[in-house]
Amino acid sequence: MTIDTDILNNEEKISFALRSLYHRRGFAPYRMRKFEEYELYMKNKDFLLSPEVITFTDTNGRLMALKPDVTLSIVRAWRPAPDAVQKLYYDENVYRVSEGSGGFREIRQTGVECLGFRDESCIREVLALALESLARISPESRLCVSRLDVVEELIDSLALAGDARNEALRCMGEKNVHELRAVLSAAGAKPGETEKLCRLTLCSAAPKDAVGELAAAGIPEASLTAIERLAADLPEESAGRVSMDFSILGDMRYYNAVAFQGYVRGVPSSVLSGGCYDRLLRRMGKPGRAVGFACYLDKLERLEVSGHA
Amino acid sequence: MLNIALPKGRLGEKVYAMFERAGFECPAIHEENRKLYFENEALDLRYFWVKPSDVAIYVARGAADVGVAGKDILLEYRPDVYELLDLRVGQCRMCVAGPRDFQDDPARTLRVATKFLNIASGYYASLGRDIDVIGLNGSIELAPILGLSDVIVDIVETGVTLRENNLAVLETIVPISARLIANKASFVFHKSRIEEMVRAISREVQT
Repeated sequence: MTIDTDILNNEEKISFALRSLYHRRGFAPYRMRKFEEYELYMKNKDFLLSPEVITFTDTNGRLMALKPDVTLSIVRAWRPAPDAVQKLYYDENVYRVSEGSGGFREIRQTGVECLGFRDESCIREVLALALESLARISPESRLCVSRLDVVEELIDSLALAGDARNEALRCMGEKNVHELRAVLSAAGAKPGETEKLCRLTLCSAAPKDAVGELAAAGIPEASLTAIERLAADLPEESAGRVSMDFSILGDMRYYNAVAFQGYVRGVPSSVLSGGCYDRLLRRMGKPGRAVGFACYLDKLERLEVSGHA
Repeated sequence: MLNIALPKGRLGEKVYAMFERAGFECPAIHEENRKLYFENEALDLRYFWVKPSDVAIYVARGAADVGVAGKDILLEYRPDVYELLDLRVGQCRMCVAGPRDFQDDPARTLRVATKFLNIASGYYASLGRDIDVIGLNGSIELAPILGLSDVIVDIVETGVTLRENNLAVLETIVPISARLIANKASFVFHKSRIEEMVRAISREVQT
């Protein structure tokens, strides 16, 4: 059978290119049902990009949901085996409220998940794959990477009470240092500590430059080492396409270690999002570590076809 | 080209003057015509005036790389943008206002008239107070006078309108001012230009 690729739209071309890439890298395809029991999402509502879910009652009376997310289903279905790492890729439609529209949309998403590993090698591999995925989508792309453990260590050292911690994290996510200073000042943080968190919030530089910037800001040695290790793990050819950006935060009840977002020129929001979610595994009673990412193909509809996918 | 969305009206003119003093001038903007956008090719900049409540939409959706929006709009619509600078112009307060002698009766649902449904709901939810939110688009101050609501949640600048209608500020929810915002993808691809803009404009901010 021959397929005339001229009839494929951008989304389809990129989907095929990404699936081919993941397949060649030894990831196994994963197919899932369109719906899941609602309970799965109810228990992990904060993990979802939008909390709204389309629900319906099945013929047996169980409350079901059209899946708003893929990772939760994969983690639930995963059966851990000693010393076995599960590497999966998927190409699925999810149903959630899209950014800015306020209504439900069917969103096509392609991604990878790596479950059950113990060392950092899978994180390295997934970061490299995220960079390759972006390169397949557009010749002009950037991957912004954050180390959540670095953010968490600094935030925790301030021992912020009440809502101040959440408010500080919100300000960091907005690169909003004027309000971050006010929040930390009201919480009684020392000016020196406040300044460190502000410098971390504003940091947006190539990994090696970020280490220099943050060392000058007095960020603890252990955090700098974590960033240096991450920089060393990135493929050499990624130079100029990766920046450290600590405004990228996930819900730290689920995510930890590394979080990242990918951008391509011409699309106004991130087209790829991922990170480590060891804490989600713990919450669902599973051992080991996990990392993955999703590419949001619906955002690529208007991207000019570059022919390189 | 860097696209900049400014709010139409007095606030926008004040903000543009700050951009101009900071070195991001666009002489075409002073010409009297009905053009909707203005370019300075030498500086690779394009300005456009939009309705103040639309600036955040233009920026979040990438039609503008940066823009200036009121904190009230950012709190109400929570656009996914970076908030890079408090310009400290257009300063006012988001307040609860009502009749001067108003006493809240906790045994009854509080009726709140407002344009800012999310801010009002969020504020009273944080207090654990049950409210009936009445969405209005203008002349909010009329609502408690005519018995449509018990109180209002609205922006108060000088308080003159409230005083002249026998109303008073009962609570301040949050101070409001104009903020410089940026699209997240634009920040990634125009990082040095946007950072340079933030540095230059921050020198124009009155402390």
